[in-house]
This record gives sequence, structure tokens and C-alpha cells, in this order.
Amino acid sequence: MSDPRPLSPHLQIYRWQLTSVLSILHRATGIALVVGAIMLVSWFGSAADGAAPFAAFQGFLGSPVGLIVLFGCSVAFFYHLCNGVRHLWWDTGRGLELKSVYASGYAVLVATVALTVIVWGVGLSRWGH
Amino acid sequence: MATTTRMQSPRMQSPLGRVLGLGSAKEGLQHWWMQRLTAIAMVPLAIWFTIAALGLIGADRAAMVAWMHNWAAAVFAILLIVAAIYHLALGLQVVIEDYVHGEAWKLGLIIVMRLWCIVLVGRGVLAVLTLAFAAS
Repeated sequence: MSDPRPLSPHLQIYRWQLTSVLSILHRATGIALVVGAIMLVSWFGSAADGAAPFAAFQGFLGSPVGLIVLFGCSVAFFYHLCNGVRHLWWDTGRGLELKSVYASGYAVLVATVALTVIVWGVGLSRWGH
Repeated sequence: MATTTRMQSPRMQSPLGRVLGLGSAKEGLQHWWMQRLTAIAMVPLAIWFTIAALGLIGADRAAMVAWMHNWAAAVFAILLIVAAIYHLALGLQVVIEDYVHGEAWKLGLIIVMRLWCIVLVGRGVLAVLTLAFAAS
């Protein structure tokens, strides 16, 4: 990295704004979903391994640590899903005006919270029974 | 000065890059396209899986086997695992390309990541098939 070519300003130079924060969050949640992929495969994998391994994994999912990991994965997933749909919409060449970008950005945040609350509400109410 | 301007390449490529034949390896479109294809596939698959998983809270292995005995559920589960991990491999590749400097490290990490993803897909698909064909 001794190349004397000019560098673009580093991230901390810029003022925080919704557009850049959501963009960074898309990548961050994508990386976090490595854990989600491992959980998904482990869930099926432990079931295939036998009744005892699956019971152990289900037990882990219901433990405090398991629930925190599951919650984190679900929030990351719902965000990445909603913002991913936003990206697909942009790919059609629509919604790229500044106003639309902000509107869809806020919509993604609202949808993420709504999906998380609904799914965890249903999940926790079912868990009690 | 006008002559100099005219002699410069009209393309977004330096004259040196042009001589060395550097540039697109023509593989970018495949990456872009597969990222979108797996994303679109995952929208319905993920909604299906979320609803199904809510019904399997605290389930035992027998419930999983009964679930996977439905051939449509088994096919959806396999498609979800393949699409999710394919999408993951494409995304992680871009992250590695952006943040890892030095060709050896970059290439090495991409190879390790890809192989790990293949193992993960293999484990997941085999698990679904095991459950789908397991005795109930």
C-alpha cells in the first residue's frame, strides 16, 4: 500500500445519513447472516443425525443464548429481506429519486420492526403452549 | 493540446491497461444475475420457512420427519438451503474482494469460503433428504 495514488476520503469523514446507514446495514446484516445459515443447516442437520442431537439443538435454541442468537438472526434477516426487495425495485430503474429513496428507506425500517414484532409475538405465544 | 486530447483513449481504461489487456473477465454479469435470481427465489421460500418454523417450535425429530415427508416441503427446504448459501457465497466474495488486500490472501480466502459453502450446502441437502426418506 505504498502506492502514492490519491485515496477517497475515509468513512468517518462523511456525515451520517439514512441512505448510507441503511447501505452499511445491508452489508453488516448480510455478514451476520453467516450465523443464520449455520443455524439453518444445523437445525436440519441435527434432526437428520437423530432424536437426541435434535433435542439438544432445539434445547439450545430455547436457551437464553440461543434465543439471543435467534433474535439477532431474525432481525438481520428481516432487514436484509426488506432492503433486498428495495434493491430489486431499484434494479428495475424505479424509486431512485432522493425522495423515493428516503421513503423506501423508512418503509424498510418500519417493515423490519413490524415483521420482527409479529413473528416473535406469534412465536413466543406458541412457545408457552 | 487538442491533439493530445484526441489521442487519449475515449474509454474508461488507461492506455497501459489496454495494452496489457486488463479489464473485465466477463464474469461480472453472472455474479450479478445469480445474486438477483437467488434473492428473488428466497422471498417466497423465506416466508414459507418462517411460517413453517413457527409451527415447529419445540418440535421433536418425529415432527421434523413428518414435515419433510411432504415432498413439496422437502423440495422447498432444499431450494431454500441452496439459494441462501449460493447468495451468501456471492455476498461474502464481494466483502472479501473489498476488504482483503493482497492477491494471495484474497484468492485464498475466497477459495476457503467457497469450499466451506459447498460443505454447508452438502450437509443441509443431505439432511433434508435423510429426513424425507426416514422411516416415520
